Amino acid sequence: MPPVIATPHHYLISIHRCCMFFVAVCMTEVPPLFVIEFLHRVVDTFEDYFSECTESIIKEHYVVVYELLDEMLDNGFPLATESNILKELIKPPNILRTIANTVTGKSNVSATLPSGQLSNVPWRRTGVKYTNNEAYFDVVEEVDAIIDKAGSTVFAEIQGYIDCCIKLSGMPDLTLSFMNPRLFDDVSFHPCVRFKRWESERFLSFIPPDGNFRLMSYHIGSQNIVAIPIYVRHNISFREAGGGRLDITVGPKQTIGRTVESVIIEIPMPKAVLNCSLISNQGKYSFDPVSKVLIWDVGRIDTAKLPSLRGTINLQSGAPAVESNPAINVQFIISQLAVSGLKVNRLDMYGEKYKPFKGVKYITKAGRFQIRM
Amino acid sequence: MASNGSYNNDRPSSGGEPPEYSADPASGSFFHSDYKKHEDLKQMLDSNKDSLKLEAMKRIIGMVAKGRDASDLFPAVVKNVVSKNIEVKKLVYVYLVRYAEEQQDLALLSISTFQRALKDPNQLIRASALRVLSSIRVPMIVPIVMLAIKDSASDMSPYVRKTAAHAIPKLYSLDQEQKEELVHVIEKLLSDKTTLVVGSAVMAFEEVCPERIDLIHKNYRKLCNLLVDVDEWGQVIIINMLTRYARTQFTDPNADDVGEESQNKPFYDDEDDDDADEGDSEEQKKEEKTKKTYTLDHDHRLLLRNTKPLLQSRNASVVMGVAQLYHHLAPRSEVMVVAKALIRLLRSHREVQSVVLNCIASISTLRKGMFEPFLKSFFVRTSDPTHIKLLKLEILTNLATETSISVILREFQTYISSHDKEFVAAAIQAIGRCASNIKEVTDSCLNGLVSLLSNRDEAVVAESVVVIKKLLQTQPNEHKDIIIHMAKLVDFITVPQARASILWLLGEYSDRVPKIAPDVLRKMAKTFISEEDIVKLQILNLAVKLYLTNPKQTRLLCQYVFSLARYDQNYDIRDRARFLRQFIFPSAGVENSKLTKHAKKIFLATKPAPVLESKFKDREQFQLGSLSHYINARANGYHDLPAFPDAPSDSSVRDVELIVPVQETRVKKQHTVKKRSFYSESEQSSPVDEDSDEESSEEGTSEDEDSSSEEDDSSREDSESQSSDSDVRESGEEKETKANAKQKKTELKKAGKEDNNEVSEESDSGETMDDSSEEEKSDSSESSSADKKKPAAKEGPTKTVSDDSTKSVTKPKSNLDLLLELDDVPPTITPVLTPSLGGFLTPLSTHGMPITSVSIQLASPSFIPMKTTELLNKISGRGLHILSRFTRSPHLFSPAMVSIELTFTNLSSEELMDIRISQKNLPSGMSMHDFAMISVLPINATVPGTIGVDFNDSTQPVSFNITVGGHHNQVTIRAPVGELIRAVTMPEPLFITEQSKLRGMNEHNAVLNLVSSCIDQKTICQRVFEAANVASIPSTDSKSLRFAGQTLSSKSLVLVTIKILENDQANISVNCEKMVIGSMLLNEIKSYLRN
Repeated sequence: MPPVIATPHHYLISIHRCCMFFVAVCMTEVPPLFVIEFLHRVVDTFEDYFSECTESIIKEHYVVVYELLDEMLDNGFPLATESNILKELIKPPNILRTIANTVTGKSNVSATLPSGQLSNVPWRRTGVKYTNNEAYFDVVEEVDAIIDKAGSTVFAEIQGYIDCCIKLSGMPDLTLSFMNPRLFDDVSFHPCVRFKRWESERFLSFIPPDGNFRLMSYHIGSQNIVAIPIYVRHNISFREAGGGRLDITVGPKQTIGRTVESVIIEIPMPKAVLNCSLISNQGKYSFDPVSKVLIWDVGRIDTAKLPSLRGTINLQSGAPAVESNPAINVQFIISQLAVSGLKVNRLDMYGEKYKPFKGVKYITKAGRFQIRM
Repeated sequence: MASNGSYNNDRPSSGGEPPEYSADPASGSFFHSDYKKHEDLKQMLDSNKDSLKLEAMKRIIGMVAKGRDASDLFPAVVKNVVSKNIEVKKLVYVYLVRYAEEQQDLALLSISTFQRALKDPNQLIRASALRVLSSIRVPMIVPIVMLAIKDSASDMSPYVRKTAAHAIPKLYSLDQEQKEELVHVIEKLLSDKTTLVVGSAVMAFEEVCPERIDLIHKNYRKLCNLLVDVDEWGQVIIINMLTRYARTQFTDPNADDVGEESQNKPFYDDEDDDDADEGDSEEQKKEEKTKKTYTLDHDHRLLLRNTKPLLQSRNASVVMGVAQLYHHLAPRSEVMVVAKALIRLLRSHREVQSVVLNCIASISTLRKGMFEPFLKSFFVRTSDPTHIKLLKLEILTNLATETSISVILREFQTYISSHDKEFVAAAIQAIGRCASNIKEVTDSCLNGLVSLLSNRDEAVVAESVVVIKKLLQTQPNEHKDIIIHMAKLVDFITVPQARASILWLLGEYSDRVPKIAPDVLRKMAKTFISEEDIVKLQILNLAVKLYLTNPKQTRLLCQYVFSLARYDQNYDIRDRARFLRQFIFPSAGVENSKLTKHAKKIFLATKPAPVLESKFKDREQFQLGSLSHYINARANGYHDLPAFPDAPSDSSVRDVELIVPVQETRVKKQHTVKKRSFYSESEQSSPVDEDSDEESSEEGTSEDEDSSSEEDDSSREDSESQSSDSDVRESGEEKETKANAKQKKTELKKAGKEDNNEVSEESDSGETMDDSSEEEKSDSSESSSADKKKPAAKEGPTKTVSDDSTKSVTKPKSNLDLLLELDDVPPTITPVLTPSLGGFLTPLSTHGMPITSVSIQLASPSFIPMKTTELLNKISGRGLHILSRFTRSPHLFSPAMVSIELTFTNLSSEELMDIRISQKNLPSGMSMHDFAMISVLPINATVPGTIGVDFNDSTQPVSFNITVGGHHNQVTIRAPVGELIRAVTMPEPLFITEQSKLRGMNEHNAVLNLVSSCIDQKTICQRVFEAANVASIPSTDSKSLRFAGQTLSSKSLVLVTIKILENDQANISVNCEKMVIGSMLLNEIKSYLRN
């Protein structure tokens, strides 16, 4: 479904998220990305407020939705989209507050002006206070790869994020430096990051928003060799008598001694496949005969006994022969490892007196990781 | 929870008929209950309790949400506009905005409340009142709104001013007559200096009076400078507006490159001679650059420079905005910078991906080179949706060049076996396009397509037929066998499009297959009735053509076909048959008409081959990233991007005689001050990456120079423009005094501010200040001045404008970074490990290494140096004497290590105990393997030891401590570049192809006068072997000597060619992907040959 549909008088720009379509109607020329980005921001806000975004949740909280949209848009132009500001204007619903409100007669809507909106740090509210001052950084790296039939890497790159959870009192001014900042091919920042200082000194200097946010995302392109932490040995054929055969073995590769966890193998089978009867020595597999997707939840890879899945595939009799092999989508998680080798050097705080607690966590995941069979 | 309950209560009634007041008497009961129900809502709204009102309002909003009519409640609701409860009020506003247009008279009741609120001391209330007031679409209140907007536009609070800017387009859409007055307000708001306001002001400008470009002149520089700090949505609007503005004001930066090429030539002629060995392309670049610096207006440059950081925005539409700005405005050589950012967006949501790919497809038709380095990012995944797949395919095809085509074709091949039929068809078409665009691969593509003809999937075959038909047309030479093959396919293929293509081909080239064509016509005549229309038309066509060339055999067939066609059901076919008939079977009486005479010429004329080109070619007419561009049609309200004017407008119109320069200096001062106090510590502690410093110093390659000088240029210009600006604006002295005064003030202010930040808990001054600006607007003189200054002062840290100081300090470093980045990104896919993984994991041979390496074999060194160097002399070693020698044999521990033989001799008068390596000080990326510990070294004894060092392809020294009986001696080993290489052999053709891949920056050349002592080839070989561990490659050319090696760590090839010229000169060229190694090796060889 293309994101823009042109009708004679209106243009419908839609996004698809959380199994729902969010549609914006435009009458005149507007950059489509402007609208798409805004719609995504709306969904982000919903997720932020209601912790998940489903049809029933939106129906349940229609009043808050109305109030939010009213603040986020003015006559079709985005107004306040920063979650810190919105949360000051409209308190996110939770059960405790709802009960308290019914008892005391208070409301979810704040009567005071969001102070952030007027300051030059619009993303941070003022007067933040915590008893435990903490700053956590999660370095998440996703490996995108295409591996060809023979097991060689056609294309591999890393998409990384630094997600923060910052609970610091006052107006802290943070700098975060890396051991190897030249690793980044391309970066994008939360508006709070002072870009000039990054350009000149290669560290991140910022006054953080309060709470959870994505500080930066980066991209390490295909020009660098990316370590592929997993391999899949596969053998599939559809041309044998009595259906096809499938044989898959998964093993770790280039993991610097870390275990590969939560491995899930997903194979969208051709239409002609009726069912699969397979035996795995680890984990469980399931085949959905409607969507024709074979999912094998492998779990943790134990190097002593490599997980494997083998057996037969039942094909629809009389269906045309299957010409092409499907592709395997792989998911995995390796904790305590940033596959690019990125290391946070240090975090310094200025502008406040107290000593915060700091923590950095590294995780490597599969992004769009695909193996051609 | 409460809301949930109300929602459910509401539901039963929705089961009934939607109209609340049905006229149908039969539904009287409904009428009654509904009436009653609303009555109860009304009662709730009239009650004194806020909670009841809130409950009622929530239910009403629920009705609105479901699209049910709640307009009859208007009077009850509108009363509550005065409610004290903010949430009730907000919901009333929502309701009011929704229904005011339908209930105009009643809506007027609320107006006075808003008028009162507009005078409220709380800016939030003022702003929201204006927002709702302007959203009520009642023509009666236009004058009131106009007045409110005018007042609010000069409000003290920037938030209210922002709201005023938002209100302008609303009023304009309600009443176009007000335009003139609104333009005045817009003008005023445009001159606002707060980042909060300008975004909205420009939005209002774009909505109401985009044609009034003159309003922008005065604000242009300010907008450029503030841009970084404006909110994301404002940035998009401003960037788009500035793109249009720049197109009307500045001249085309690329116009000269094309137009004045010939004119400029003599100018650079002498330069050409000077650096004759530099590639043509580099000169071209240089030329462009020199010109560019001449042509680019300062303001134009300012815009480009200030938008560039926004490429790093998290907001995709901002990045896209900058990308289109660069695409439409930047000199050709600078557009490259946006490529990376656009590639990054591809990782975003699917919708974003679609729009971005669309734009890339369009750019790639014009600027092929821009995305070539990112070719692999466009490889298709099976999980992509079809429209994304097609776009990627389009881009891959656009990007294909002679060098990349093999990779692309291999990808295409895998795509053909996809499940997605539409995608497969597109992939086959893409192969066809590549084949016709790149002559080198036409034949192999054609062969590939022909082999697809025997594919089992009919859709694949059909598509291949259509594509082959097009290709054969562009390739008029003999392809008889292909045509025969295709003729046979007629029996199997049922897809009409393909059948028609085959028939057309046979007709067109019937002279090449004179026997087969009539036979096919015979078969087709048999099946004529059951064919599709498009096939029937081609059968007629074939019949005519065959009749003209070979009437004897086909006359009867032809007549048969035409008589069938005459009675066909489709009038198109009847028409065509009647028309064609006149050529071959003229009706009686006109036998010798001109038509029949020239029939041959008409039908068998050589036809121009179809040009296979991107369907994105024509999208260039639309502004990149616009809605019109995406849908490839003119959207409502789309304005064409104006063409560049021939002559630039007078830049003085943009000069401002305001206090702008003062403000700038103030900000600058503050920045440095702040820096010193806050960050000095961090600056010291921040690690500077020096692991490859020497690389950069060695780098003499022209491209790097280019980029660095470009940087210089821009910064020079920066300062130029600054100075010229200030020159124009004010006479020097006056400015200085003013600036000084201001400066003092801000410093004072700042000091206060710092206090706030640091000791906010002790003194509450910070908080009180904030409070005062929020609420106590009443004592206006105090707070207004504070309010005005605060934003400006606070901008300091985030401000990116005009901080020359930081720039000049750090410039060398950023240049260096640039150099290094270039080095880190080799153009081919040889393995460069990410640094941290370097030591542990050697990449598996399946990836990274080119397949060709199979025929590259390691060779034993041709020369083993016996020369030793003293590593540790006996005095500093307290009797221990160590000599080192490079053995050129592979180290056992790791092939990436250089093996160094150490000879330990005890020259002291007592036994030496426990000799070992204690502490290593290795630069990052290097590793080292120790020698076996020597426990006892008797007097005058000599013991050998071997260490292995992985120098990571750099000549940086490693230093380590050798401990002798508890005493540390620091030693340093530096490997000459020739020792970082290992000899390999390969066949000569492979050598030549590898060499051709390493052209340009990877090639280093020098011409050398050979000294008399080494003139014959044997000595030269010997010298080269001494200089570096390379192997000689047998050469067919007696004048050239070829040597090959590969670097130890990264295994990149090092190819040396020495060509002996006349008069005792030799041309040495070194090709190596590691540019530093290449250039150093060249120098090394030169020095060896000179002695």
